[in-house]
Amino acid sequence: MIRVQEEDFDIGAEVAAIRRGRTDIGAIVTFTGTVRDVAGGEPISAMTLEHYPGMTEVELARVEGNALARWPLQASLIIHRYGRLEPGDNIVLVVTASPHRQAAFEAAAFLMDYLKTSAPFWKKEETATGEARWVDARESDDTALKRWRRTKRAAE
Amino acid sequence: MTLKIRYFAWVREQTGRAEEDLVVPEEVASVGDLIAWLTTRGPEFEAAFARPEVVRAALDHVHVAPDAALAGAREVAFFPPVTGG
Repeated sequence: MIRVQEEDFDIGAEVAAIRRGRTDIGAIVTFTGTVRDVAGGEPISAMTLEHYPGMTEVELARVEGNALARWPLQASLIIHRYGRLEPGDNIVLVVTASPHRQAAFEAAAFLMDYLKTSAPFWKKEETATGEARWVDARESDDTALKRWRRTKRAAE
Repeated sequence: MTLKIRYFAWVREQTGRAEEDLVVPEEVASVGDLIAWLTTRGPEFEAAFARPEVVRAALDHVHVAPDAALAGAREVAFFPPVTGG
């Protein structure tokens, strides 16, 4: 399931909703991305996330579909926030559920690696002095993706 | 051909607009052609596309490369590399 929203999310409530009424799940992994108070050694007072309504939902659903095709997941959830966020605020939640832990761990990492490089979100950071700047894409995020391509080839 | 063109993040700030409907000449066949044509519209577009290698594009909500054909597309978006998550 995919949700793109301005409001905060409650991790406990989201996990409870996934578990409700079922006892076949053996492993649940949650990943939460939050706003740091420092970027590039400089204090950050806020961050604004812009996104592309319409495409964001398409990309997140595509990434989730790829994970569901690759691992035996019983449930998956991606919630991504947009708008103005402050240090300590939640940005993104990924939840995966599976009979065994390995699939849940791997699928959660896969979802994060792919959404970071394909979902149309852009972060703008504000420093304490009121200066605002767009965050640059990281090469390490592209490197993180390559391991899934290697893993896939090795498995084929 | 009429296209809805959308701009995001610093591409939006540099062009000074979030979206517009444009009638594009027939000879503008690919995303790359559209970028070249847009840059002739003024200094704000020249600035936005000054480093074409860092501007990404999507056609009807799907990521595409600069050689992607515009035929049949309704919406084109230009934006920097994504930084969500």
